[in-house]
Amino acid sequence: MKTLLRLYAIVVLLFLLAPLIVVLPLSFSANEMMSLPVRDMSWRWYRDFFADDHWRMASRNSLLVGLATMVLATSLGTLAAIGIRLGGRQARVVLTLLCLPIVVPSVIAGLAIYLVFAQLGLVNTLAGLVLAHSVLALPYVVLTVHASLRDFDPQLLRAAASLGAKPAMTLRSIVLPLLAPAIGAGAIFAFTISFDELIVALFIAGPEQFTLPRQMLASAREYLSPTLAVAAVLVSVASLLLLGLYAVLQRGR
Amino acid sequence: MRPPSRGWLLSLPALALVGFALLLPLGLMLVTAVRDPEMATALPRSAALLRAWDGTGLPDEAVFAALGAELPLAADGQFIGGVAGRLNFERAGMRSLLLRTARARPAAPFSMALPALDPQWADPAVWHVLRRASLGVTPLYLLRSLDLDVAADGSVQALPSDQSVFLALFARSFAIAITVTVVCLLIGYPVAQAIAGMTRRWSQMALALVLIPFWISILVRTTAWFIVLQRDGPANGLLQWIGLIDTPMQLMFTRFAVLLAMVHVLLPFVILPLVVVMRRIDPAFLRAAASLGAPHWRRFVSIYLPLTLPGIGAGALIVFMLATGFYITPALLGGPGDQMVSASIADYVNVTLNWGMAAAISLWLLLGTGILVGATALIVPMRRWR
Repeated sequence: MKTLLRLYAIVVLLFLLAPLIVVLPLSFSANEMMSLPVRDMSWRWYRDFFADDHWRMASRNSLLVGLATMVLATSLGTLAAIGIRLGGRQARVVLTLLCLPIVVPSVIAGLAIYLVFAQLGLVNTLAGLVLAHSVLALPYVVLTVHASLRDFDPQLLRAAASLGAKPAMTLRSIVLPLLAPAIGAGAIFAFTISFDELIVALFIAGPEQFTLPRQMLASAREYLSPTLAVAAVLVSVASLLLLGLYAVLQRGR
Repeated sequence: MRPPSRGWLLSLPALALVGFALLLPLGLMLVTAVRDPEMATALPRSAALLRAWDGTGLPDEAVFAALGAELPLAADGQFIGGVAGRLNFERAGMRSLLLRTARARPAAPFSMALPALDPQWADPAVWHVLRRASLGVTPLYLLRSLDLDVAADGSVQALPSDQSVFLALFARSFAIAITVTVVCLLIGYPVAQAIAGMTRRWSQMALALVLIPFWISILVRTTAWFIVLQRDGPANGLLQWIGLIDTPMQLMFTRFAVLLAMVHVLLPFVILPLVVVMRRIDPAFLRAAASLGAPHWRRFVSIYLPLTLPGIGAGALIVFMLATGFYITPALLGGPGDQMVSASIADYVNVTLNWGMAAAISLWLLLGTGILVGATALIVPMRRWR
């Protein structure tokens, strides 16, 4: 019985990985065919990917927006998590409000943000994309840092104050270093959210602001070539590196 | 540091961001679903007079005159498009009626000239449409997105079945979401059970294998299926190689493809909470039941399953919530008959440019999902899972 259950689990886990595993050899195809087995391997489509202006611009935009989102969401989110830990009766309400972006379906968030950003001229700008992605990423930073603050000993604050440290000094030399792994993990989470985000970008990004997911969608709809498999592989590899980094940081706690 | 009671002020910048880029937009979306500005913007004097009209018979010469004078102005100023589109949405044929009347530049007496130009101007129903559009607030979008309409006498009635699309669309979306949720639970439950029963090292490795696809973006996974399911793609190749089929099967643009990819994308969301709950179950309960003579199925049904209910509830809730809002997977892998509500919201924004309808559909989707999720949360004891 137990063996059967495990065999079944292995089959399902393979199913989870299968499409990703299948796409990898296809990205090395030497011709336009996207069928297995791939007979001649080549880097042709990888060269195409890096030579193509659309994909290059999309990669650049994805990195730019991801990094900016990471900085904005991480700084605001960390500050907010500390604020929530310091408490007051408002803390619960604040936490709930900050987690709202998780439960709003992304198409609805995309539409709502579009309606406001269109009025303010933020549609078709990278700044608009950064603001929108930051809101979506904020809850994950807050929750990550907040979770790590639960183990934080408030005695340390009193000890620092009794030794004459000003609040800013306490924050810089006690709170932030202790939180560093959680902040790092939150930052990676924020970057990943932005890096993967498509729906809001669909509403508020013009062709000049296409990110990698947006460009992938465009190329899936227009002209299917192994370059799409290349993009899928590259994005997956980037995601896996981030996941590894995230795991290392979380273990450090 | 600051006194504790004011500590939350540190959250203000984050709150400001959420307020600006989510709460304000959602609020504006609410307003957009009922706002009706086109008539008052393009034809202000006619709108004011129509608001004062008592609605019996036909309006008097002053209203005819205001409209007859303002329509050509709006056409000259190129801002007649908005109001023409708005009125045409409520009553087919209004766009051409307005444009034709504007081009004809009618002269006094207008109450004779307009009906002479087009007999529709003698129809009170046309004037009622104009009057309702002058009020600034309209239930039209909220009603239309439920396949309802306002009759000439102001009562609400169902649209004829050949024009009704949205109830079927909502039903389809919820049906797809519920199917995906149930399938995910059925597939994921035994997997979680197997993972929870492994030794620590193995279960960590298995969890990592669940986490890897979980972390990779939904679009990448959907794209992978998009490639795999192509007519001459790997899936058909495999089926032919096994000998199940002779010629390639149509896999793309089918309901099967949509369900397959959605289950694939959402499966980790049920496995992860279930593993958490199952690991916490004290095996002593099961041993006690066994020592009292309960057979294997009885231990599962009366002890194990109830103890995992919070995990089932949490997993089902997350999957259902995410599934109802799905857009990309049906859009890429499904045919026209497999699209979900989100696709129609996106269509109204990007293609039809009718923001009122997009907002109204969004509101109903939010409300429907909220009610179903709330009901589930009441039935299933969620708190024990946290």
